[in-house]
Parts: sequence; structure tokens; C-alpha cells
Amino acid sequence: MLEIKVLGTGCARCKELERMCFDVAAANNITADIQKVTELKDIMSYGIMQTPGLVINGVVKLSGKLPTSSVLLQWMKEN
Amino acid sequence: MFCYNIFLNSNKDRIFNYNSRRDKRITKNFKSSIGFVISLIAVWFLVYFNLERLASALNDITELSSVKDGYARSVEFFIFEVPKVLMLLTLIVFVMGIVRTYFSPEKTRALLEKKSLFLGNVLASVLGIFTPFCSCSAVPLFIGFVEAGIPLGVTLSFLIAAPMINEVAVILLFGMFGWQTAVIYVSTGLFIAVLSGYIIGKLKLEKYVEEWVYEIKSNRQESEEEKITFRERIESGYIAVKDIVGKVWIYIIIGVGVGSAAHGYVPEDFMAGLMGKSAWWSVPLSVLIGIPLYSNAAGIIPIVSVLIEKGASLGTALAFMMAVIGLSLPEAIILKKVLKLPMIFIFFGIVGVGIMIVGYIFNLIY
Repeated sequence: MLEIKVLGTGCARCKELERMCFDVAAANNITADIQKVTELKDIMSYGIMQTPGLVINGVVKLSGKLPTSSVLLQWMKEN
Repeated sequence: MFCYNIFLNSNKDRIFNYNSRRDKRITKNFKSSIGFVISLIAVWFLVYFNLERLASALNDITELSSVKDGYARSVEFFIFEVPKVLMLLTLIVFVMGIVRTYFSPEKTRALLEKKSLFLGNVLASVLGIFTPFCSCSAVPLFIGFVEAGIPLGVTLSFLIAAPMINEVAVILLFGMFGWQTAVIYVSTGLFIAVLSGYIIGKLKLEKYVEEWVYEIKSNRQESEEEKITFRERIESGYIAVKDIVGKVWIYIIIGVGVGSAAHGYVPEDFMAGLMGKSAWWSVPLSVLIGIPLYSNAAGIIPIVSVLIEKGASLGTALAFMMAVIGLSLPEAIILKKVLKLPMIFIFFGIVGVGIMIVGYIFNLIY
């Protein structure tokens, strides 16, 4: 089961990233458990210093920026 | 030959209307080729250095230059100033967008670890200029630094310098008052960041940081350092332009508009009594008014330019501007999550006094 976590306290790009994850997963028929992590302590436990952060199956993929849809899809397929 | 092929391919794609993603990628690649960027910059210089001529030509056509009333002077100022400032801004944001790809909070943190107090403050302030920073990430960044063992004072030097010395502020000062003022702004901003951070470090205020910050144990994953190609760096430049210029252009037009109106109508010495050199209380008052106010640099500088033109002294106006962009209520609220109230007051107090000192020094020099 693909597990995706979007880390962010509520900035504009955090919401954007969450929406992107849903869109990409839906458009490609990928089943994924997408969660939003908003608690600061939990976010910080991943050791990122910029939000939004993207965690796929426990691995931090990215922080502080948005991925392109194609890169996001590639990450989802790899896992 | 290579370019020719790209065009051929992209045309073919368009004709058959398939694989539109590939089409997009090809035009994107072309846009981020070095040759294209160099020619764009060449065009930029050509237009920029002929801007005054273009503006006056436009004034001649509209026969504005023959009338010399307040309205004509305002419009003239506006027509020249808006494109000038927007062009300067676009160029510098583009360049900074590329420069910033060489920096990241992670790299900055690694550089700051195990640095002695004063050296750490200087380094943190300088890195604050180049490290990508958004005030919405101030808290994660703060925790990340503190957790890595970077002293509180050094961390705060970074958090003071990063928002205050930003490229928008610097380029607008350069465009409106000349390079000397821009250099002065950067150096005094650095001075305040280093000094305030150093003092806070010496005061040993760690007890005013929320306890839970020290309890966080992150499993710092060394995220694989992806190789970034130069093309991708150029793309970051474009993204920065789209993000920043796309957001602030309206403030610039409004700001310059207000400035132009004042240029034509408001009497020269209007602000002299209120914000001139002779009024000693004007510096602290400007800072006190500036702190709760929050504006981005683009919105505030045109207003500052009007203040100065109408008789406010440079020191007072700069102090006002630094207080508005460097210290703000929203920032205090964000930082409240990790800092206890006394710490917020000390932080704002020290930085505020630093800004006042800069204001007084400038009023003395000029």
C-alpha cells in the first residue's frame, strides 16, 4: 500500500501539494493512502526545514517546493 | 542545427496534436538554453538603457511635455518609473532565483554548525541573504537550526537578515535612490542582524524557548543530493520571476502611482517638520509605527521615496522601512509557537533599537 504524507502547517503551497497528490493518484488509478500532517512536532520529526514536505513510504522526497506532476507520478510508481 | 531540429519536432507534434506534454517540454528546454537567456538579457539591457528616451518620446507624442502642471509632471514620472522598476526587479529576481539554487537551508545549517559565536553571527547574516526563505517556514527552520546545536543568537541573526535584506528591497532602493543607498541598506541590515543576534546570544535566553523544541528528535535523513543541471537552475529563475514579480507588480504600480501623484502635487517640504532631521523623536516614532505594520518591500519603498522627496530625512525613512519589512506582527505570531513571550519582546526590542541607531547614524551623516 502506497503511503503518502504531505507535511505542512497550512501554507498555500502545502494545500497545493496535497491537491496534486490526489489528482495524480486519481488520474493514474493509483491506490494510495494520502495523509496531511499538520502538527508541527510531527512535521519536524522528519527533519525538514521548509514546508511543504512530501514523504512517500516513510522517505522524505522533497521539501520547500512543489514537484512537477510527472516527477510525482514517477515517485508513486516506484513504490 | 540542433535548434532547427527542436523546432521541427515541436511543430510536428503540434500538427498531429499528440504528445502535448513532450511539446511543452521541448519549448521549456529551449527557453532554458543558455543562448536564449543571454539574448533575453541583451534585449533587457537595450530596452533598459533607452527607457528614458522612450518615455520622453511618449510624452512628446501625447504632448504632455509642453504642459508643466502637476498632472503632467505626475504622469511623466509614472511612465518612466514603472517600467524601470519592473525591469530591474525582473532581472534581479531572475538572477537571485538562479543563485538561490546553489544554497539551501540544509547547506546553510551544515555551514553554521560548530561555528564560534561572533563568526557564526556574521556567517548566518550573510547566508540569510542567499538562502531561500519564506516566513511561513520560519518555525521549521528555527527548530532545524536549534536542534542541530546552532546557538540561539546565531539562529536569530539568520532570521533577522533573511526577511530584511531581500532582493526586492535592495533593487528598489537601487532603482530609486542609486547604488550607494542600496549598499548602505545591505550593510546596515547585516550590521543589525549580526549585532542583535550576538547580544541575544550573550544574554543566554535559551530558557525562553519553548521546551518541546529541545525534545524533538528528528531522524535527519540525508536526502540524496540530486544533481541539478544548469538548465534546471535557469528554470528556477523563471519560476522565481513568475512567483515574485507576478505577486508584487501590482504593489509597484500602486506604490509608484502614489509616488507620482505626490511628485506632482504635494509641496516639497511637506514631511520636513514631521520626519526631517530636526525632529529627533521622528526616528523612534517611525520604528514604533513600522513594527505593527506589515508590507512587502515592493509596497513600502515607493512610499518611502515619497517621504524622502518631500523632506523626510534618509535615516528616518530607512528606519521606517526596515521596521516595516524586518519586524512585523505576523512574524511575531508565527514565532510565538517556539518562543515564549519575554523572548519575543527582547527580540523585537533589540532589533528595534538597532534600527533606531542606524536611523540616527544616517541622519548624522547625511
